Amino acid sequence: MTIGRLRPLLPYILLAPGVAWLAVFFVVPMYTLARQSLNDGTLETGFRFAWEWANYSDVVDRYQEQFIRSFRYAATATVLAFIIGYPLAYAIAFRGGRMKSYLLFLVVLPFFTTYLIRTLAWQTILSDQGDVLTTLRDIGVMDITDSLGISQNGRVLATPTAVVMAITYNFLPFMVLPCYVSLERIDRRLIEAAHDLYGGPVRAFLRVVFPLSLPGVFAGSLLTFIPAVGDFINAEILGGPKTQMIGNVIQSRFLEVNDYPGAAALSFILMAAILVAVLVYARLLGTEELA
Amino acid sequence: MRFVARHLLTAYATLALLYLFLPIFVVVLFSFNDVEGRFNFVWQGFTLRHWAHPFKDPALRDSMLLSLRVAAISTVIATVLGTLVAFAMTRYRFIGAPAANLLILLPLTTPEIVMGASLLTLFLTLNIATGFTTIVIAHVMFNISYVVVTVRARLRSFDWTLEEAAMDLGANEFQTFRKVTLPLIFPGILAGALLAFALSLDDFVITLFNSGQEVTFPLYVWGAARTAAPPQINVIGSMILLVAIGGIILSFLLQRRRV
Repeated sequence: MTIGRLRPLLPYILLAPGVAWLAVFFVVPMYTLARQSLNDGTLETGFRFAWEWANYSDVVDRYQEQFIRSFRYAATATVLAFIIGYPLAYAIAFRGGRMKSYLLFLVVLPFFTTYLIRTLAWQTILSDQGDVLTTLRDIGVMDITDSLGISQNGRVLATPTAVVMAITYNFLPFMVLPCYVSLERIDRRLIEAAHDLYGGPVRAFLRVVFPLSLPGVFAGSLLTFIPAVGDFINAEILGGPKTQMIGNVIQSRFLEVNDYPGAAALSFILMAAILVAVLVYARLLGTEELA
Repeated sequence: MRFVARHLLTAYATLALLYLFLPIFVVVLFSFNDVEGRFNFVWQGFTLRHWAHPFKDPALRDSMLLSLRVAAISTVIATVLGTLVAFAMTRYRFIGAPAANLLILLPLTTPEIVMGASLLTLFLTLNIATGFTTIVIAHVMFNISYVVVTVRARLRSFDWTLEEAAMDLGANEFQTFRKVTLPLIFPGILAGALLAFALSLDDFVITLFNSGQEVTFPLYVWGAARTAAPPQINVIGSMILLVAIGGIILSFLLQRRRV
């Protein structure tokens, strides 16, 4: 068996099936989605390609609120995931010792149950008649959270709190793992040097450890934020009419109302908005070269 | 001061882990709930009857079987295609490599709902009825990238001079791959395949768009959640968790033996 003459082509032969699959079922669909977004007509009359840019302005007008809400929820959830996840990653990386891989295993373990089942579990925990809320109501905690705006009329379900909290939960490992990887990689001698130079552990952390872990924070934030913006499961199961996100709109326009052009236009606006958000974020964090 | 800081961090990390496990605890606990009425929200007493009859609803059983079939087929295809791509990208330098890399990374950074919707527009345009085949196509599509990334991580630390050594000893390219390269990168391929299998079993959004009349397990849960979710869902969820724990413990043990 000689591969001699084929050798220069070998990488392309190996790539071909996988790349072809992605070209046909990922790239081409983006094109058909783009075309769909410029169609006019309805399911009954049939869709015709008509450069119908009005689809875009129409959906922006109608669903501005859901767009803004999606970005607000996703941004809040990303910040919360950082606040919860970064110290956890730090503790595992620097205090984990020989338990490191077991602790990481514990972090990902909950995510082996089905996404929907996990989210339904939150519905059980937060349900109005559930034991948690009943207890909190009895000891008066719900009055305090009500006045803080965290809950509404003694309820958590159907409030932004429930949706944001569940989004935070569901995407937490995407924050923890990249943060862990970049914290773990830091040369311990640098930290010793920082202690020698700056003295206090806080300044050593702020000047050395944290800046060196920024690539992980950057990757973790994107991996949390991007799926969070497009999510609709949490809002559907734990939210109410006033917590609808853009994913809920795309889903219902597409699969329930069969307004394919509108849903397609919404999808493209969502992707463009995410791209802008990511670029702004990269600028702010000064890690463009990492993106 | 440092003592306090140290223990504060440990306490905080422990709380974070508890937060991660709270819903899992609830999933397992409520699989034993002696539920009356439609809603499995309030604890009403201990029973083993849901565990005794996890597939009481035939629709639940069928959905699980469908999910396993989809996961098995799409995992095999995605693993083969993804491994070939990972191999090409780490072993060879070639024109177009950055473009191929971009194509692999894009699906990882596209919201699922956009991928699901766009794939459906393709099937609508081509007048292809959605069903079993389209679900498999979709799952292979989003899994290829995960397999490539996982296998590539393993290949990056692979010592390619081992291949040269094998060829110096008289092995041809095919023999070298089968007897030297493949056994050494196999753990990476296995990790990629397991990830693909888990993602396929769990996928809801992309499947929702491309499933037609077929109902996978996550779609069954979705439908049930809108009316009344039977406690059997918790049983299946706990079972999946047990299988995952078993698998991971096994991989820990295997790793220890190798080292």
